[in-house]
Amino acid sequence: MGITFTIIAGLTIAAAVAAMTLRNLIHCALAVAVTFAGLAAAYLQLDAQFVGFAQILVYIGAVSILIVFAVLLTRGGEPSQEKVFSAASVTGIGVTLAVLGVLTWAITKSAVIQRDLPPQPEATVKQIGDALMTKYVLPLEVIGLLLTAALIGAVIIAMRDDVAADVRRRNKNSPGASVAENPPPHVGGYNN
Amino acid sequence: MINGLDQIFVTLKYWLVGQLANVLPASLLPLVSVLLSLVPILVVFPALFAITTVLERKGLGRIQNRYGPNRVGPFGFLQFAADGIKAIIKEDVVPRAADKVIHFLAPVVLVVPAFLVYSVLPVGRNMVAMDIDAGLLFFFAVGAASELAVFMAGWSSRNKYSLLGAMRAVAQMVSYEIPLILSTVTVVMIVGSLSTVDIVAKQSGYHAIGLPNWFVFTPWGFAGFILFLISANAEANRSPFDMPEGESEIIAGYFIEYSGFKFALFFLAEYLGLFAVSGLAITLFLGGWHAPLAALEFIPSWVWFFAKLLGLIGLFIWTRGTLPRLRVDQLMNFAWKFMLPMALINLLAAACWHLIGAGATRWIVCTLLVVGFYVLLGRGLMAGKKLAKRVYRYAN
Repeated sequence: MGITFTIIAGLTIAAAVAAMTLRNLIHCALAVAVTFAGLAAAYLQLDAQFVGFAQILVYIGAVSILIVFAVLLTRGGEPSQEKVFSAASVTGIGVTLAVLGVLTWAITKSAVIQRDLPPQPEATVKQIGDALMTKYVLPLEVIGLLLTAALIGAVIIAMRDDVAADVRRRNKNSPGASVAENPPPHVGGYNN
Repeated sequence: MINGLDQIFVTLKYWLVGQLANVLPASLLPLVSVLLSLVPILVVFPALFAITTVLERKGLGRIQNRYGPNRVGPFGFLQFAADGIKAIIKEDVVPRAADKVIHFLAPVVLVVPAFLVYSVLPVGRNMVAMDIDAGLLFFFAVGAASELAVFMAGWSSRNKYSLLGAMRAVAQMVSYEIPLILSTVTVVMIVGSLSTVDIVAKQSGYHAIGLPNWFVFTPWGFAGFILFLISANAEANRSPFDMPEGESEIIAGYFIEYSGFKFALFFLAEYLGLFAVSGLAITLFLGGWHAPLAALEFIPSWVWFFAKLLGLIGLFIWTRGTLPRLRVDQLMNFAWKFMLPMALINLLAAACWHLIGAGATRWIVCTLLVVGFYVLLGRGLMAGKKLAKRVYRYAN
């Protein structure tokens, strides 16, 4: 609990609050990116270099970009005029406090907290790599397969729309109207 | 004497810290040491940026058969000073519709990571600001922040051209980051470490025929180097991959609404990114600060690093002056249909190189793998295309 941790934690929490309360969705997405950066800083402060840098690379470099693109592609850029806080916020706060209370109670009662801290392990990047390639190689491969399946699935979802629209257009055109009257729009162009 | 010149900056730093130890309290000394490592980075690379702008304009002028800048100073070499003064004293115009805070933050968020990445580049023997275990990962992690900065700049300007430019830039950077990282993974596989210092140390020594032990002189290293250079060119948004700022279609892309010093910051960040990624190419494939011949080792290591850096910058300027700009779909096709499969096969070649063990066999296997796949993939992608000389109706 040094001064560094206080700064990092304050920044992370402030950014998280901003991400929930700001009106403009893009601002929210950028605030989420700051939260990710704060988390990465917390990991780095704990000497977990690999996790910290991977957090920056994956979450700031990819996930926030994904969020931003999703926002831009799905709705207008203008912020909505609805109220940020819904009427059910009181219930939400109540539920949150209840969950917090239960968790605190469970943690303080559990046997884990009585145990002595294990000696701090020396986790270098090399050791993480060794562990991933020997002990945890099966989970790693399974995750790889899952992600590949998700990737192919995303491509197919994106493609199906196009094919379906094509089929629909053809079905509409085929009865009566001859194809020659509706030449396809010029696609492609120069092949160089 | 030779060793003294090689280590002159390191010695200087230790001497300075030693002198300051008499004056300052001991608790401040680590901070001073860090500052003394960082200040040279903050001075040398912007200076290199200044020199490069002039070199680039002169070089492009030569390639395009014109003079280039020739009014300020001898042969126009003081042009960068004039440009800098102009950038500082120009009015900073912010569009009324712009998102003021993000518009202001974007150049800052862009420039800070551009400087940060230099802290893991070894520019000479014992000359690296931060020798960390995961140096390469640090480089790419910090570099990833620039994508968000580009988006911030494009979105906050509230200009359709800047938003288009930002979307193009982000799509391009995300696409080319994959071959960029995959081509560096080969080196990590062979060296067995993510530390940039270890990677350079592994490339010391010379082959029997006198060639240095650099990774670029292996089949996988050569392919990786070429893939890395192409991806680096695209990451830096430089011609022929400069659609994000294509002047003729979207004027200047994501920094169209920036003027004065903020515009200069964008330029600075772009060039710093280029130098950093060139420096990484040198570290990974061109032997870092090692001399190319055993007989030339008397020249200090940092001279070799900056000589190689200037060479690569020259190569980038040459490419920019020679190749026309690609189209967006061509760029994406190239990234996903050619660069990515090549990088994956190159990974396989590096694995074979590692597993087969020293000898002629691995040279033959890896060369066949890389060259064979290159030919097959190239032929395959060209198969459906009817390529011919473009015929002009009136201009011929």
